[in-house]
Amino acid sequence: MKWLERLAAVAAKEVRQLARDRITIGLIVGIPAIQLLLYGYAINFDVRGVQTVVLDQARSSLSRRLVGDLGVTQVLGGIRQARTDAELHELMRQGDANIAIVIPADVERRIAQGDRAALQILVDGSQPVLENVAAGLASLPFLRRPGRPAAARPVEIMVAYNPERRTAVQIVPALCGVILTMTMMVFTSTAIVRERERGNLELLITTPVSTAELMAGKLLPYVGIGLIQTTLILALGYWLFGVAIQGSLIELYLGALLFIAASLSMGLLISTVAQTQFQAIQMSLVMVLPSILMSGFMFPFEGMPKAAQWIAQVLPLTHFNEIIRGIVLRGASLADMRFELGKLSVILILMLTFAMARFRKRLD
Amino acid sequence: MSVAITARDLARRFGAKWAVAGIDLDVPRAQIYGFLGPNGSGKSTTIRMLCGLLVPTRGTVTVLGHPAPKESEVVRRKLGYMTQRFSLWEDLTVRENLEFMCRVYGLGRAAIRERIADRMRRYDLEGIAAQRAGTLSGGQRQRLALGAATLHDPELLLLDEPTNAVDPQSRRDFWESLFELVGRGTTILVSTHYMDEAERCHRLAILDAGRVAAEGEPKDLARDIDAVVVEIGEIDFAAARRSLAGVGAVRSIAQLGNRLRVLLPHGTAEPARLIRAALADGNPGARVELVGASLEDVFVAATRLRGEAARPERAA
Repeated sequence: MKWLERLAAVAAKEVRQLARDRITIGLIVGIPAIQLLLYGYAINFDVRGVQTVVLDQARSSLSRRLVGDLGVTQVLGGIRQARTDAELHELMRQGDANIAIVIPADVERRIAQGDRAALQILVDGSQPVLENVAAGLASLPFLRRPGRPAAARPVEIMVAYNPERRTAVQIVPALCGVILTMTMMVFTSTAIVRERERGNLELLITTPVSTAELMAGKLLPYVGIGLIQTTLILALGYWLFGVAIQGSLIELYLGALLFIAASLSMGLLISTVAQTQFQAIQMSLVMVLPSILMSGFMFPFEGMPKAAQWIAQVLPLTHFNEIIRGIVLRGASLADMRFELGKLSVILILMLTFAMARFRKRLD
Repeated sequence: MSVAITARDLARRFGAKWAVAGIDLDVPRAQIYGFLGPNGSGKSTTIRMLCGLLVPTRGTVTVLGHPAPKESEVVRRKLGYMTQRFSLWEDLTVRENLEFMCRVYGLGRAAIRERIADRMRRYDLEGIAAQRAGTLSGGQRQRLALGAATLHDPELLLLDEPTNAVDPQSRRDFWESLFELVGRGTTILVSTHYMDEAERCHRLAILDAGRVAAEGEPKDLARDIDAVVVEIGEIDFAAARRSLAGVGAVRSIAQLGNRLRVLLPHGTAEPARLIRAALADGNPGARVELVGASLEDVFVAATRLRGEAARPERAA
């Protein structure tokens, strides 16, 4: 049991050092809390108050009513009138307006004949969600049914977007994975590099501590931290956003445990490659950004190109997103998630093997 | 005489540079063996190869009967290593550092208590037991590092410039501790660039540019020096330096107080007369005498005279 004693010694030392590092302790609790609050309230697919400019070339009672109806939807906010086409483009270019609506002079004839587009909607393509807004506007009933413009109910646009509450429900479980990816990878990737940078590693590797004992001892404390963060996120999600867990809590923790281990092993691999803590953090970011963008957290997974979907398989978060959404939102069991669990296990084993193979108890 | 370390044609290359260019070593047990050499002479690289941290590019090493680096894991249990840079954990206290090292070496609970108490007493760490290692002075750090390196009663201690940035009194105490360890049978290999420390070693290897330039007991090295030492007094130094610079045989000039110490190649015919003749212009009244070599002369002769005979040596 000498190995266990050495492993415990490394883990205890790591915990002790962590406990003395007040800023890191603050980050362990602070990162999840701040991110959850920020994203929980800020990431909202329910678009409101988009800056709009209208160029009304018709200046008829119908065109004025159209503009009024658009304002009522609340999707568009701060509607401005432009006098000329040039002014409209200028406002768009400066970013003062993200959507421009051009009402042509012959709008009434166009609506009546229905052969040409009645309105022209210009969208600021640099902000992807706005295209959906435009699509929503284009499908407004009053444009197709000229006889009953009063039927144009703003509610119909809302259908195209998630009600406010659903956004938070989607965000919280996914955010759990994102936050764990960020903290777990950054913490472990610097764990061994820090010893190297401070010169401790040269002493440590001349002791009988084996590579496996050193790595396991370094990882264990962070597994605990990961579980604490998971708890914190789920609790805040429940209290602040009313996200209840439909499935089994124990199964959720088991899934989280596997995901935490996979993320940590990835951080550990980075730790064996990087020479300085700065490099380690840069390398972690290389993994964190794709995790956020490609794992299905931001954009629908199925909407990505096939190649991107393949690349995303390497990211633990892709699989964990499925697991946690399944358990929290759909009340799925781990058995339902066996493929995702299998893929996470493969990532874990591969990363650990690589990390162990790369780490030598040597300086060259 | 039993041997702790044997190395044959040991060499290590970093890129195109040979940090250690083929050295032979025989370090006897229960003695202090010194590596004396300037920075970059290969001291640290050699020590790191001995404890298996670096793989030799060429040559063989046997440490405590085990070939390195193949059996380095076995050797590591019998070996204590003090790195050049302080390598204990600065955010842990003195006691916590010692405890961690004990546990890593697999000592039992009772042994840990007893060893830590003993090292604290022996190396005067009791007063600073609860202090974080990062707040210690140079001398305190060095005592802690020695205490930590000896917790598992190693047969061999490798000390890489242990007295860097340590005050003279602490250095004296440190060397007393080393002799006490040797008295109990420990073999110690220590690298240094202090002459007084080199003088205290049982045996000494002078390293230069990755090679052993001289090897032996300090007093033998001084006796068998491959140079003649001439001391000059009662002179005008600037004029004397100018005069001597023109003498081809002069290998090194160093000023010690109000004397000049001049090294000439071994076998120079009538060195005192040669010097006196050279000084005749500017310093006709100079006092010139042949003296015995010091370890510093040996060091200078070993590290500077070799291969530089054609180039006149400037004063250090």
